[in-house]
Amino acid sequence: MTATPTRTARAPKLNPLGLEKTAYKGADSTLCNGCGHDSISARIINAAWEMGLKQQDVVKFSGIGCSSKTPAYFLGMSHGFNSLHGRMPSVSTGALVANRTLIGIGVSGDGDTASIGIGQFKHLVRRNVPMVYVVENNGVYGLTKGQFSATADLNQTLKYAGTNPYMPLDICLEALAANATFVARSFAGDAKQLDALLKAAIAHNGLAVLDVISPCVTFNNHESSTKSYAFGKEFEIPLHELSFVPSYDPIEITEEADETEVKLHDGSSLVLKRLGNDYDPTDKYLAYRTLEEARQQQKLLTGIFYIEPQTPSFVDTLQITDTPLAQLSQAQTRPSREALAQLMAKL
Amino acid sequence: MSVTVQEAPAKQVSQWVYNDFNLNVATANGSGSQTSNNLLIRSLYKMGIPVTGKNLFPSNIQGLPTWYNIRLSKDGFLARRERVEIMICMNGATVAEDMESVVPGGIILYDDSLPVANHRKDVQYYPMPVKALVKAADVTYTLQRYVANMVYVGVAAFLLDIEMAEIKNALDWNFDGKPKPIQLNWSMVTAAYEWAQQTLVNDQPYRVRRMSGFNEGTVLIDGNSAGALGSVFAGFTFAAWYPITPSSSLAESMISYAAQTRREPETQKATYAIVQAEDELAAIGMVIGAGWAGARALTATSGPGISLMAEFIGFGYFTEIPAVIWDIQRMGPSTGLPTRTSQGDLLAAYFLGHGDGRHPVLLPADPTECFEMASTAFDLAERLQTPVFVLSDLDIGMNLWISKEFSYPETPLDRGKVLTAQQLDAFKEEHNGQRWGRYLDVDGDGIPYRTVPGTDHPAAAYFTRGTGHTPYATYSERASDWENNLQRLARKFETARSLVPAPILQEVDGARIAILSMGSNHPAVVEARSRLLDQGIPTSYLRLRALPINSEVRAFVERYERVYVVENNRDGQLYEILLTELPGLSTRLVSAAKCDGLPLSARWITEQITQ
Repeated sequence: MTATPTRTARAPKLNPLGLEKTAYKGADSTLCNGCGHDSISARIINAAWEMGLKQQDVVKFSGIGCSSKTPAYFLGMSHGFNSLHGRMPSVSTGALVANRTLIGIGVSGDGDTASIGIGQFKHLVRRNVPMVYVVENNGVYGLTKGQFSATADLNQTLKYAGTNPYMPLDICLEALAANATFVARSFAGDAKQLDALLKAAIAHNGLAVLDVISPCVTFNNHESSTKSYAFGKEFEIPLHELSFVPSYDPIEITEEADETEVKLHDGSSLVLKRLGNDYDPTDKYLAYRTLEEARQQQKLLTGIFYIEPQTPSFVDTLQITDTPLAQLSQAQTRPSREALAQLMAKL
Repeated sequence: MSVTVQEAPAKQVSQWVYNDFNLNVATANGSGSQTSNNLLIRSLYKMGIPVTGKNLFPSNIQGLPTWYNIRLSKDGFLARRERVEIMICMNGATVAEDMESVVPGGIILYDDSLPVANHRKDVQYYPMPVKALVKAADVTYTLQRYVANMVYVGVAAFLLDIEMAEIKNALDWNFDGKPKPIQLNWSMVTAAYEWAQQTLVNDQPYRVRRMSGFNEGTVLIDGNSAGALGSVFAGFTFAAWYPITPSSSLAESMISYAAQTRREPETQKATYAIVQAEDELAAIGMVIGAGWAGARALTATSGPGISLMAEFIGFGYFTEIPAVIWDIQRMGPSTGLPTRTSQGDLLAAYFLGHGDGRHPVLLPADPTECFEMASTAFDLAERLQTPVFVLSDLDIGMNLWISKEFSYPETPLDRGKVLTAQQLDAFKEEHNGQRWGRYLDVDGDGIPYRTVPGTDHPAAAYFTRGTGHTPYATYSERASDWENNLQRLARKFETARSLVPAPILQEVDGARIAILSMGSNHPAVVEARSRLLDQGIPTSYLRLRALPINSEVRAFVERYERVYVVENNRDGQLYEILLTELPGLSTRLVSAAKCDGLPLSARWITEQITQ
């Protein structure tokens, strides 16, 4: 008999809070096997875990649709709010103003954002409400079985819906036009880029729009679709290679010749490594031009198109107290007897 | 200078009429007449005279006809009254019909530049040389139109004996002590007064005189300001709104009052947020989000806004999120009659949403109740974890009412069943071993416990969804889960019956009939009952202050042969609700409903009962 070699169990990887990644899971997904949305949920779990977010400090929001089911599938110890179709922006605005210490992560879809919710979306962007806004964009309505959404390609064909005769809306362009301070596009199959973008979006003090192409394996994953896995894998063109350096990371960033560093509000950084042409994500005109060209040429260009970390967030603009409004006591919110007497005397 | 046109022979006044008449001012809107009308009503009020002002204005910025109706009643009847004794005509577009509206024996003051075709013989005329007086006052062209309306203040003050010192006080108050506009307007008022004194023969019978016994301990205020002040003192922390007449002034008053009283002493930062949303749908979405996160959140709107809020309010009922919705009711869908009053949203508010659902509805009758019910609404919304309506209307919201001085709210804020991290730890022990479930009814009142985001406890989180859910807030499409949840919500609504403000009853010995009414109809009902009593018909009265009704309402209806349900809408919406809730008593209920955009009058109510 030969002695079996002793093996020591590999210690699980822990994050800054001393937690394993599994602690950031939610309920089991009920989406179709292979759904792009599940990959995005996995990236959110990973980003939250790696950044060491305390789940009690996070609130999850969504509207209605397949994408909007996903907040149940990540960060199980965070409060979640699956709201109305296209109305996540207003709900999250109210909640994040009521408690300014919360970290908001919202997940929406292309129908939820670009069709029924385009109005609220643009006003959320305009107000710069501090939260992450992920659009899981597959160009099709899944839950109602395969109708076109407002981001579906022109002349695209779908099994039941036929051919789409309308021009698509580009979520990143819409965000930019509404004065967004963080506009990015990614692909559900690009885990590394998505990780960096999600972390930067969480660190950003303002609204961060992440338009993530997320194939619908059931209704819109055929070759002719620009929102399919095949298309994404073959044609994704990253603008740059992204990495996120958290504020607590002791590593001093030495900017290489082909790298640009964007400092975020909390001291963390997003590092952009050049691929091909130089791209300055603080140049709004460049962002417009780049997005419009990509749209016209039906290119899946990914990366961060625009970032402006200095604009005050909605919560900053409101000039509210540092204590969350929801936690103020009666003594802090009911003016004095004298105050009423004074106002009465004026009447 | 011309003297009074006296078609009727000059006469000795045989009987003076003191503090008991109706004064109607016809102007074009946007001409600054509001300031003049405010001076009149405020100085009368400060002379101790029971007075009420109803502004009948168009949905327009400038140039369309506006009337301001000031009723003086020494007996304290403050409903809208149809008879007009004194007419002030400043608008050529309506002067003919305005002059016709005066009762025989009445008087008419008018801008002498208006086209007046013929004079009636049964009224007295007082033409006012408005142009000449304005010209003499030497004011810049842009201000002429505004000060022109001060002419009728001065002339009316002379004819009616309004104390000039009170007019000056009202002017100081109106312009918050700013010397320039005060001086400008005051010089016009006094010039007109002096002109009248030197020129007019004052042989008309209407006079005012200082009195006491009614206005003490009151304030003159509109309901929207009162609701705003009430909300500020109710500890609101979040408001979202979208401009819509007649509710905008509620939000705007909140902005003003909160800025004065709700700043953190050390930092001067706000202890509240008020957000002007992109529409009513977003406004209620923000309120639902804020309420969910633990804020005291409200919105103010009117009928069309309520329609847009339907899905969110139904959702709020089902997901059990506190929210307060003020509906300052106006007429009709879309534009409707946006500057006219009604009680037409009662059914819509009570049942708003799809699927089953009902909402507590508070029914303030005057600004004082607007102030008080602002607190009640929050307490109920948080206690019951549900959207709560406050149904005011344009008449209360935008008109000035003599209102009992507001008392400082003595009851502590009721924040409802919100669990802290420590309470979560102790929950099982305190509830017979049951672990906490967001929609679990452990107390038997249908009201579960909730946590708010940010609670530092690993078990605090739950997932809010409109989808079917179990008592532990997990997803469920099981039939029994859905039904059990609906039944619990119905139980919760039964709990609400005992928590909402009780009706106010005035029962009269020997009365066989009664009036049941709500909200702004109150002054008209009070006056109608007095008239009916004069005619030998004693009536009892129940003023409903909230839905759902409680057992007192049933017992009251049971005691009378006939109960007239008086309301300001076409279909008798309250009547319909009562038929549903008291089916066995339907033969006793009589609907008295009317909807023409105006507050109900005592005459109309009286006729419903006597004819």
